[in-house]
Amino acid sequence: MPAPIRLRELIRTIRTARTQAEEREMIQKECAAIRSSFREEDNTYRCRNVAKLLYMHMLGYPAHFGQLECLKLIASQKFTDKRIGYLGAMLLLDERQDVHLLMTNCIKNDLNHSTQYVQGLALCTLGCMGSSEMCRDLAGEVEKLLKTSNSYLRKKAALCAVHVIRKVPELMEMFLPATKNLLSEKNHGVLHTSVVLLTEMCERSPDMLLHFRKVWILVPQLVRILKNLIMSGYSPEHDVSGISDPFLQVRILRLLRILGRSDDDSSEAMNDILAQVATNTETSKNVGNAILYETVLTIMDIKSESGLRVLAINILGRFLLNNDKNIRYVALTSLLKTVQTDHNAVQRHRSTIVDCLKDLDVSIKRRAMELSFALVNGNNIRGMMKELLYFLDSCDPEFKADCASGVFLAAEKYAPSKRWHIDTIMRVLTTAGSYVRDDSVPNLIQLITNSVEMHAYTVQRLYKALLDDISQQPLVQVSSWCIGEYGDLLVSGQCEEEEPIQVTEDEVLDVLEGLLVSNLSTPVTRGYSLTAIMKLSTRFSSVNRIKKVVSIYGSSIDVELQQRAVEYNALFKKYDHMRPALLERMPIMEKTASNGPTEIVQTNGETEPSVPDTKHPPLVTQPANQANDLLDLLGGNDVVPVIQTTLPTKPASAGGELLDLLGDLSLSSGPAPAPSVPISQPPFLLDGLSSQPLFNDISAAIPPMTAYSKNGLKIEFTFERANPNPNIAVITIHATNTTEADMTEFVFQAAVPKTFQLQLLSPSSNIVPALNQGSVTQVIRVLNPQKQQLRMRVKLTYTHKGSPIQDLAEVNNFPPQSWQ
Amino acid sequence: MHIRLHTLNQSIRFILIQNRAGKTRLAKWYMQFDDDEKQKLIEEVHAVVTVRDAKHTNFVEFRNFKIIYRRYAGLYFCICVDVTDNNLAYLEGIHNFVEVLNEYFHNVCELDLVFNFYKVYTVVDEMFLAGEIRETSQTKVLKQLLMLQSLE
Repeated sequence: MPAPIRLRELIRTIRTARTQAEEREMIQKECAAIRSSFREEDNTYRCRNVAKLLYMHMLGYPAHFGQLECLKLIASQKFTDKRIGYLGAMLLLDERQDVHLLMTNCIKNDLNHSTQYVQGLALCTLGCMGSSEMCRDLAGEVEKLLKTSNSYLRKKAALCAVHVIRKVPELMEMFLPATKNLLSEKNHGVLHTSVVLLTEMCERSPDMLLHFRKVWILVPQLVRILKNLIMSGYSPEHDVSGISDPFLQVRILRLLRILGRSDDDSSEAMNDILAQVATNTETSKNVGNAILYETVLTIMDIKSESGLRVLAINILGRFLLNNDKNIRYVALTSLLKTVQTDHNAVQRHRSTIVDCLKDLDVSIKRRAMELSFALVNGNNIRGMMKELLYFLDSCDPEFKADCASGVFLAAEKYAPSKRWHIDTIMRVLTTAGSYVRDDSVPNLIQLITNSVEMHAYTVQRLYKALLDDISQQPLVQVSSWCIGEYGDLLVSGQCEEEEPIQVTEDEVLDVLEGLLVSNLSTPVTRGYSLTAIMKLSTRFSSVNRIKKVVSIYGSSIDVELQQRAVEYNALFKKYDHMRPALLERMPIMEKTASNGPTEIVQTNGETEPSVPDTKHPPLVTQPANQANDLLDLLGGNDVVPVIQTTLPTKPASAGGELLDLLGDLSLSSGPAPAPSVPISQPPFLLDGLSSQPLFNDISAAIPPMTAYSKNGLKIEFTFERANPNPNIAVITIHATNTTEADMTEFVFQAAVPKTFQLQLLSPSSNIVPALNQGSVTQVIRVLNPQKQQLRMRVKLTYTHKGSPIQDLAEVNNFPPQSWQ
Repeated sequence: MHIRLHTLNQSIRFILIQNRAGKTRLAKWYMQFDDDEKQKLIEEVHAVVTVRDAKHTNFVEFRNFKIIYRRYAGLYFCICVDVTDNNLAYLEGIHNFVEVLNEYFHNVCELDLVFNFYKVYTVVDEMFLAGEIRETSQTKVLKQLLMLQSLE
């Protein structure tokens, strides 16, 4: 059998292969040759063969059939054999194969070998891949070698011990005595590895940590070593660019960090040396900066005095100005961690941080952005926002969503004026509109609604933005909502903040209709614009045009749109008298975390049945300045407080225009008819927001009552206390019909005296079936904070046997428990 | 004695030398991985590192570790370390290692690493052990390497 080819030969041959297939062929051929050579148990060439196998393994080919051969090599007496054998073991074997245990004995022998290089090989292999069992068996040998005078071996043994401790932590203690001596070594390598060993022990065991702190008093010893390192002159062996043994310095600093963490005494003991390192280290090269960086990390982590901390942050600030982007990156990362605790110190470097927004590296930009947002406060908001908006314009898409959200948050917290706030939002919407998160739209709408004096300005700017670009959906959605709400301000040119534009109703409607038909609009956007058009029917005079649009979409294939159009149509046809009330201006909304401006049907004394609601921010009524039909029908009525007392457009005397519903009834302590009773609105209206009727639990405490019974229509009230607010009575009405004909288009309305507040939820239906075959239920919630006697006037309308019927009645027989 | 068992591992998870085409010239693992996992990691590292250029930093976030790398001619030297480690220090570590290689092979080039791959492992084992930096003195390392060579 010819001698197997040499390693060099093989490598050369394989490199000549031109395709993957060719290479694979060569490899397979060689593997076959090697396999037969192994079978022959040839000692001479085993080493060569295994070496070749390892090379092929590095190329990615399977080589497990060589594992046992590696073991045989390890057992050989020749150094070259051992060396390849151990290498093979490290590359091909791992602790999951039982085969590796066979090595244990060999390693044990080699650890005691006469040649240090063999011992070194054994230590190295054990330290890289020794399993827990091997470590347990051989720990004693390693410990012995820790105490040898041979520094070459001590270094290896120290790191091998680290590995042993990682695998079998319980063995930590046995290395303690030997470790103690290591620190008094002059040899840098030994020092280095012993510091690593100590670090490992400290990190693994809090008890050890305490032991080192208190018993060994490690900190002064380390401080001394570090000092010597810095002070001693040129030491060529471990010098890197003029700094003596930076690697050791870094490791010592790291160990100091662990020792000083949450311990005042230790921290104090290292204050001086840290300051010294921080000020004296050369910063012209990466080496020096590496040491400085470790120093900064240590200072920030221990209980250092404030002067030192400021020093550390200033170092980071200087890093930010460094040409080397690695250093800038590292600084930004650290600053991000400290910005919460050392806010003021970091603020001083704000402008440098902001400059980093323009960096080319993506990860630097991201950190600079996060840091910038963390630094925004009331004082620097204007300047910072300018920079951040500029960043938003030019940054990569992956940043835009986060940046936009960050801008919104910061603007909300620190906006110097409403106008500025609106402008900033506009800017974000127009530049990064398509990246804005979906949940921003309702938040923005709420913000705009609440900035009452800016309505005209806002709608004008949004309108102009729409003219430019209808592709960014969030922008379009917010704009169409605003136009729907404030379109009247737009055409009447009421804007004070800037030059009012001349816009006609038709132009506005053109734009909104354009959105409906455009391919760029999503279904959600179309929904917004349809509703906006509808709202304009009470604000514009071109009602016919709007009617036409709405009826066209009644047959749209988009179900959502169709439903809206159909309902709006119904509004025009059957409920036209309610349309103005329904489409009135939105009130200021309470900011709630989970609720947007939705699903709240607010009523004031007079009610309207809530038309089956759409998902769109609904149409809410307010007692408007205009005479409300409902109020007329109820024959004049009471003031029940307007929701917010702060609305300037709703004069507090709104109540005064309305006539007393229950004026002829004596009110025990009628408050003066005037500004709203300041009832805090949120708890009342935000309780139980679902529009489904609460269930009709007949509270045992409160008996039900018949409120009305006439012409076959009977209405019964059942009661329940609403938790948690005991001032709210929840009444469920049940309407039944004993006649033989259904009562269709049944509408129940109610009004209460001034001191009460009423909320009516949707009815279950508006047909009361004949012959008691079913009932209509509806929930009323009455807030009665003054605990006055509950009284109600009700109005019923329905169609019976083709003719419309309407009736008024008073309900006075509320059981006392319902209002006490 | 109270001991925390879980937490820390070594600093260095693995060291890789790859060329631009993705061929591995050295792969030293300090953590247990299957052969397939190893292959996958090699490919991932290659993908992540080769798309970066001069305007990027030398640090990449990789899974839940990070990679410190530097390119020398056509070779990428990558060290995968723990996220809490000092990036700048390991950058120095890589450079130290490369300077030793350079000295040992007399102006090292890729082919040197190919034909002498087992010697490269020896250099690694002289400078690193158990996932930590072991010897940083270039003179010392070179002395050892020459001694070892004489034993062959």
